[in-house]
Amino acid sequence: MSLAAELGLTLGELELEVELAVGTGELVVLLGPNGAGKTTLLRALAGLVPLRQGRVVLDGVVLDDVAAGEHVPTEQRPVGFVFQDYLLFPHLTALENVAFGLRARGLAKTEARHRAAAWLERVGLAAHTRSRPRALSGGQAQRVALARAMVSDPRLLLLDEPLAALDAATRTEVRRDLRRHLASFDGTRLLVTHDPLEAIALADRLVVLEAGHLTQTGTPAEVSAQPRSRYVAELVGVNLYRGLADGRSVRLPDGGAVVAADLNYGEVFAAIHPHAVALHRQPPEGTPRNVWSGTADTLEVIGDRVRIRVTGLVPIVAEVTPAAASELHLGDGGPVWATVKATEVTVYPA
Amino acid sequence: MTTTARRRRAATSRAGAPVGFVLLAALAVGFLAIPLIGLLGRTPWGTLGAELATPRVLLALRLSLICSLGAVAVSVLLGVPLAFLLARVAFPGRNIVRALTTLPMVLPPVVGGVALLLAFGRRGLVGQWLDRAFGITLPFTTAGAILAEAFVAMPFLVITVEAGLRAMDRRFEDAAATLGAGRWLTFRRVTLPLIAPSLGAGIALCWARALGEFGATITFAGNLPGVTQTMPLAVYIALETDLEAAIALSLVLLVISLALLIALRDRWFPTA
Repeated sequence: MSLAAELGLTLGELELEVELAVGTGELVVLLGPNGAGKTTLLRALAGLVPLRQGRVVLDGVVLDDVAAGEHVPTEQRPVGFVFQDYLLFPHLTALENVAFGLRARGLAKTEARHRAAAWLERVGLAAHTRSRPRALSGGQAQRVALARAMVSDPRLLLLDEPLAALDAATRTEVRRDLRRHLASFDGTRLLVTHDPLEAIALADRLVVLEAGHLTQTGTPAEVSAQPRSRYVAELVGVNLYRGLADGRSVRLPDGGAVVAADLNYGEVFAAIHPHAVALHRQPPEGTPRNVWSGTADTLEVIGDRVRIRVTGLVPIVAEVTPAAASELHLGDGGPVWATVKATEVTVYPA
Repeated sequence: MTTTARRRRAATSRAGAPVGFVLLAALAVGFLAIPLIGLLGRTPWGTLGAELATPRVLLALRLSLICSLGAVAVSVLLGVPLAFLLARVAFPGRNIVRALTTLPMVLPPVVGGVALLLAFGRRGLVGQWLDRAFGITLPFTTAGAILAEAFVAMPFLVITVEAGLRAMDRRFEDAAATLGAGRWLTFRRVTLPLIAPSLGAGIALCWARALGEFGATITFAGNLPGVTQTMPLAVYIALETDLEAAIALSLVLLVISLALLIALRDRWFPTA
């Protein structure tokens, strides 16, 4: 039992074409840049956005089938939705917010309030049942939203950037609670975020969505080890090239080449970690397999390292110690040579 | 002159207004305020209580309340669904319907009265059918006065509620849907409470307009004391026979208008 979706829709500029399967008990995190269509995808699964084509099946029940003309309206789907800014009803108390879904689904008032109160206690808000959303902190509002979405035992839980509205201090704590509550949920879970840290902390499996299309899926470790798009590469901080491999050499479309230690053929990605890149002011001697000349461009301090973007035929980001950066006067820009050992280049099929 | 001083003078002159404007604006304020001062000045404060307690005035007051509240009820019942459709459903001819809805706001009320007479009069388009099928006659009845007031006042409610519906974050309705609420429940428990301020303002405006209605009412419903003679009509009649009663009634209408203005001040004049 699980979620199986294969859908296409157009919304303004966005063209969403997605095929997605989520197993029961699996927590899939949908990661992508702003405007990639993450929220739209969740809304489509909830039935809030009409599909142009496709099929959505949850636990064997067809929720959408455009070809067959089937569409289950949102209010009849066993779906819980935690919205990005929570959308707690401002005119209702925390308790009434949580009880709303139970009442809407026909539960008697006392029973609904009883169950809602139990859920608020479960998320640690027993003392705030009578508070209006305005009187709640961001973390508390998030927990009310979570309780409201989960109280009616949905089969599919959709969470849209559940931590984005929180400040950094409370985020860590709320994330830990969220993790615990999500672990107690036995249905299918899909969470959207643009924060890679959040994605890695929560995900069983990552799905990367860019410009309406899925570009990569896998465990956080798999995705960060072998990024398949510039977006993911930048998230995990590696240099990524795509080119044609012919043995040890990978020819790049712009004319440069990357040399690796092992043999590959066909379309490949080549990934190089910035700390494996050495920079020189003079053409280097010795035998590093990769030598690229370029110009030192932007400089950025990250922790105790300095990141330098080198522009040239093979653009690359290098990470060096502050001592090296000042010794080479990298802040002044000018010509540099970047070298990378062949053994530091990871090549995998595209 | 130092640079700072010059700069300061330049700044004030740019923030100020042409001298002529100040004069004309003062004239405008006087023009708007003096009639009200005149009304207050001529008010027979000593006998005001007695004036307001005369049977004729009480009758007009009571009738005005019944008619204006009736008109508000009709406007809410019909106007809120209309506002909802205008705000939420992109049906063909929506702009035409919206223009039609707001027309009574700019239409001379007496023309509205004539139009109502032609539609709901005994020989009117709908009127003759109402008369034949149900024996209902509207002109020169209290129901007719309510109808005339609603015709003129409903647009104020519709446009205010429509604006409220448009300004509201519709994702609250989405949230309600994901919680299992159908359209009617969502409207009742989520939309309506969220647009309550707009609905309140719309009702207040609609009521104020209905209360002051004169032209359409006198044209369509006539001027029968106790049946269709509302306060504005009573003021007009009293002006010729009993000036003190006319002033007393006018004062009541003025006080109500001021009260509404104060009640709605946050909406219209947010403190800058």
